[in-house]
Amino acid sequence: MNLGVGSVVKTMSGASCSVSWKSGGSDKVPDQFPAGLRVLVVDDDPTCLRILEKMLRNCHYEVTKSNRAELALSMLRENRNGFDIVISDVHMPDMDGFKLLEHVGLEMDLPVIMMSADDSKDVVMKGVTHGACDYLIKPVRIEALKNIWQHVIRKKKHEWKDKDFDQSTSMEDGDQQQKPPEDVDYSSSANEGNWKSSKRRKEEEDETEERDDLSTSKKPRVVWSVELHQQFVQAVNQLGIDKAVPKKILELMNVPGLTRENVASHLQKYRLYLRRLSGVSQHQNGLNNSFMGHPEATYGTMTSFNGLELQALAATGQLPAQSLATLQAAALGRSATKSAISMPLDQRNLFSFENPKLRFSEGQQQLNNSNKQINLLHGIPTTMEPKQLADLHQSSQSFVAMNMQGHARMQQNNALLMHMSQQQQQSSRAQMLNETNNGQVSLPPLSMSQPAAVLSRNSIVDNVRGPVYNPVPQTSSMVDFSLNQTTELQNNSFPLVSSNSGMSTLTSKRLLQEEVNSDIKGSRGFPPGYDIFEELHQQKTQDWGLPNVGSTFGTSDHSNMPGTLDVSPSMLVQQGISSMKKNGQNGNSLMGGSQLNLFSGGNLLTVKAEQLPDTSYQNTFFPEQFGQDDLMSALLKQQESVGQVETEFGFDGYSPLDNHPV
Amino acid sequence: MEVGQLQRSFVEYMASLFREISAFAFVFVVILDLSALELMYFAVLIQKGFLDAQFSQLQQLQDDSNPDFVVEVVSLFFEDSERLINDLTMALDQPNVDFKQVDAHVHQLKGSSSSVGAQRVKNCCVPFRNCCEEQNTETCLRCLQQIKQEYLLVKNKLQTLFELEQQIVAAGGAIPMVQ
Repeated sequence: MNLGVGSVVKTMSGASCSVSWKSGGSDKVPDQFPAGLRVLVVDDDPTCLRILEKMLRNCHYEVTKSNRAELALSMLRENRNGFDIVISDVHMPDMDGFKLLEHVGLEMDLPVIMMSADDSKDVVMKGVTHGACDYLIKPVRIEALKNIWQHVIRKKKHEWKDKDFDQSTSMEDGDQQQKPPEDVDYSSSANEGNWKSSKRRKEEEDETEERDDLSTSKKPRVVWSVELHQQFVQAVNQLGIDKAVPKKILELMNVPGLTRENVASHLQKYRLYLRRLSGVSQHQNGLNNSFMGHPEATYGTMTSFNGLELQALAATGQLPAQSLATLQAAALGRSATKSAISMPLDQRNLFSFENPKLRFSEGQQQLNNSNKQINLLHGIPTTMEPKQLADLHQSSQSFVAMNMQGHARMQQNNALLMHMSQQQQQSSRAQMLNETNNGQVSLPPLSMSQPAAVLSRNSIVDNVRGPVYNPVPQTSSMVDFSLNQTTELQNNSFPLVSSNSGMSTLTSKRLLQEEVNSDIKGSRGFPPGYDIFEELHQQKTQDWGLPNVGSTFGTSDHSNMPGTLDVSPSMLVQQGISSMKKNGQNGNSLMGGSQLNLFSGGNLLTVKAEQLPDTSYQNTFFPEQFGQDDLMSALLKQQESVGQVETEFGFDGYSPLDNHPV
Repeated sequence: MEVGQLQRSFVEYMASLFREISAFAFVFVVILDLSALELMYFAVLIQKGFLDAQFSQLQQLQDDSNPDFVVEVVSLFFEDSERLINDLTMALDQPNVDFKQVDAHVHQLKGSSSSVGAQRVKNCCVPFRNCCEEQNTETCLRCLQQIKQEYLLVKNKLQTLFELEQQIVAAGGAIPMVQ
């Protein structure tokens, strides 16, 4: 199928149903699970994308694929509960995979799996610290995809437990007995006794005050839209990062239906995000550069702004919201190169207490902490020491806000970019497909299910496998091509000829073959038949110095035309092929262990790490010239090569079959 | 010569061929027709390292609902690779080479070639990335040349393989019972 750039394709496997198992509060999963898992795959590489899609569908997942990160993000936003898990490539041109990871974690809180051909430790570590729940190395095998459902379950479990915990917290009395999530976060990061106790007191105050506000019913999932987040950020900035406690933020935001818990968890994420931002400001941020154009001139002055100033500016209307977003986005994008200069101190601070935070959270055994750890893994701040965070440069905080607000801009650019690249891609793709599909001939379904009839001969006996052999009555005649039975064949040429026996009788087949061959590109040199023998020939001349090969072809006179070819071989071949096609994929399951199972055109080739008993075959193959001749001529007839006969077999003078009487 | 004897010789020939090629033992189907030829060709491609196990994975993914899956994916790969190789050529042609960009392209080529099982192409990408790190235009150009070569080779092989398969199916599917 023609997948233009920037498009989104949703495919469902035949057997899957759209099972919604996002119902909160329940530990049960539907029976069909994990079938129907809704996966969003994002990768700019069309090859990988297609392969992943197929693999995921084979796992009975419901797959949506996208080659644009921004598109994927907007899809996720539009349909918050439409996906269970996201798989994203790390290196993408329009957006860094880690950026996407952050957004998804911040806004949708879905599990995200990163993947890349890059297996270097630091990239994998980056995935971990940004909160990816898994990291796959390309090429991705289907086995790796079969188990991705575990991440969804795991996440859900933690969410449910967290919610349960929140409720129990709110209902119980007492200060010290249960620690609200943010409390633990704060303490987990700092490890300082003084601070801890003072903070806890503060939190407990908040907690007791708000206990009455909390409902006992399950809270619906809060959607942190861009606008909501903007309000949140404004509130946080207004309060000051060190004084921003969930209760106050909630009051400032004044959003009906929003609970303190929602704000609290979002705050955690936000803080970690800020930390992340400063910490990785060395690396290039993957924001789309297309909306950098405007603020370039103003960027120079950005670094001196702090978040409050920006907000103030915005508030006074001097900076319209739009340009604010743009400025911020640009600043954020450029923070990779410039923020390092503007806040060296902050980075050091961040790094220095990032480590203890991580260490500490590793050590904690409590559920809360594992929850926090997950939040941490989201790349979202869990450290809430106001003192330490006060060190955080205001501009970095505003950069984050910018990033959030930059979304709107990003979405605007989507359509334009999509359109442009779509046009370009589609034309090239169409051309390519035509080329490779040989234009005129549409490929008939190629069945993979031709089990091999294994011939045994002398020392090769040991690898005969009964099931693979598949002695279906129809194939038996086919199999009878084996050594011991020669009665079926009544001609001199190789049975290889059989597949082209039709030529002697059907001009239509010849036409078909002509069609097939007519598109053989000149650049290819010579047609497949010769190519194959070139491969084999190279080996032969290397190893055995066989002189015969070249000369035989040169002198071949095609007297062994299949003019005498009896119908029977072709019949048998046809029967064989059609029946083998029916025989399904038996061979597949039979091959196991330490073997490399190769399917090729439906035949089964097993490569085992065994030694063939030594037999000296050195110079005994085709002692008679015409053996090779037959093979070659048979091949030639099939190919019906037209003039493109430069071969190393010295075959210049060969003329195509159609000049020969049949 | 009697056909049976011919077949024997052919089998012996193939057996010796593969023994000479490598230490692995092959059990192959000697249905002495195009299928066998295609099979053996495929085995040679594997043995010579043009394709690796990932390609087999692709073949196993192909089924009735996606009968042309392998061809489709490989076509995508061709398209993608040619675009990347062009981009690489242009990028290395600049007076000031953007090695980060070059590295990004090579990385993507590595990803896609490994996904289809084009082993030799993938293996060329590793030294290429090292050259990018060293920011050495000359060695990069040499790597690019190698990649081009390997790509054209594997493209040729794969096209051969597909055409063989086409002909098998054409032979099996198009010929009615004839007398």
